[in-house]
Amino acid sequence: MVQRGKRRRTRKFGHNGVGRNNAQRTKKIVKNIDSVLGPGKKAPNFSLNSTPDQKVSLNDFRGQPVILAFYPADWSPVCTDQLSLYAMVMPEFKKFNAELLAISVDNIWSHLAFVKDRKLNFPVLADFEPKGVVSRRYGAYKEKIGESARALFVIDDKGIIRWTHLSPDGINPGADGILSALENLSKTQVTQKS
Amino acid sequence: MSGTTTVARKRATGKTLLEPTSKETAGKYEAPRLAVPVTAERDHIEGPMNAALTLVEYGDYQCPYCGAAYPEVKKVQKELNSKLRFVFRNFPLTNIHEHAMNAAETAEAASAQGKFWPMHDFLYEHQATLGDTNVALGYATKLSLDSQKFEREIAQHAYQKRIKDDFMGGVRSGVNGTPTFYVNGVRHDGDAIAKALIEALNQAKK
Repeated sequence: MVQRGKRRRTRKFGHNGVGRNNAQRTKKIVKNIDSVLGPGKKAPNFSLNSTPDQKVSLNDFRGQPVILAFYPADWSPVCTDQLSLYAMVMPEFKKFNAELLAISVDNIWSHLAFVKDRKLNFPVLADFEPKGVVSRRYGAYKEKIGESARALFVIDDKGIIRWTHLSPDGINPGADGILSALENLSKTQVTQKS
Repeated sequence: MSGTTTVARKRATGKTLLEPTSKETAGKYEAPRLAVPVTAERDHIEGPMNAALTLVEYGDYQCPYCGAAYPEVKKVQKELNSKLRFVFRNFPLTNIHEHAMNAAETAEAASAQGKFWPMHDFLYEHQATLGDTNVALGYATKLSLDSQKFEREIAQHAYQKRIKDDFMGGVRSGVNGTPTFYVNGVRHDGDAIAKALIEALNQAKK
């Protein structure tokens, strides 16, 4: 219980770099949610819980490609879902030294059970409090539904977004787009070096 | 795959929006295309090679949604008859289905002795028994397969590479779950039921 209290305090004073003016800031961000952040933009940093006492920051992965997979909700009742597929394709992502971070607004306890059940082998982050702030910053939040959109980002080793994909309603994007983006990324890096 | 769209759509009609609305995400959506062309040398094909219509399924023998789609595909085949060639490729989701790889290897081992389709059908008709290898072995004997060769190839994972190649080809084609269908090379994002598949195939013909 002591830990619980600690967590709450952390959230109140500056979770995700959002201070007490959270409501105001959220309003500002909401105005811009119509457009998903596109290629060429700097990927906004964030720090979100992957377990009750561990946070993961985007900046931790500077120097390697990062795939961000925003998705609507844990426990979608299908045979397999987007994230189970990514767990299967993970060895291919690793060939590009890429890290995958999945993000939804579900709370951390839901995430933990979901990760265990689907045998996910990458961090699943809770954009839970203040709800959806990180998703909003990426233009990947749906106000009416109160969930993250099904949006994908491939970020390069310098923290610049190189590929963005927003899926149409109900359509699981699969992994091909991500792999093509990672291929293009490694090609440009080779060209730059040579 | 069909599961994903079905669920989302049903809920959308129930006015509970769990996904972005089409207004928000419409625009230049184009369904992914089959990255690996169908060839007589490599593929399991049912129906005439030169048929005007091609239905490709990426499937997992243990997936209940594939099991549900199996009789639907049979209906499609019956309806379109010689106008259709049906192709099955492996997409075992081994992280959630522990028997999926073994079942795929079983079908491939039967294929090596010319009996892919009987074994493919048998596995889908006996999904509940997949954990028990004796069941498929019994059927192999019934098919008069060389059961020693059959068993040995499964035990030695002789066809695992082929199955993994199928899987990666599927990933590169935009397979996003099982079953995923391709109608004349374009991913079928509709439901995995006979009516929707026949409709899509008839449209592809035009």
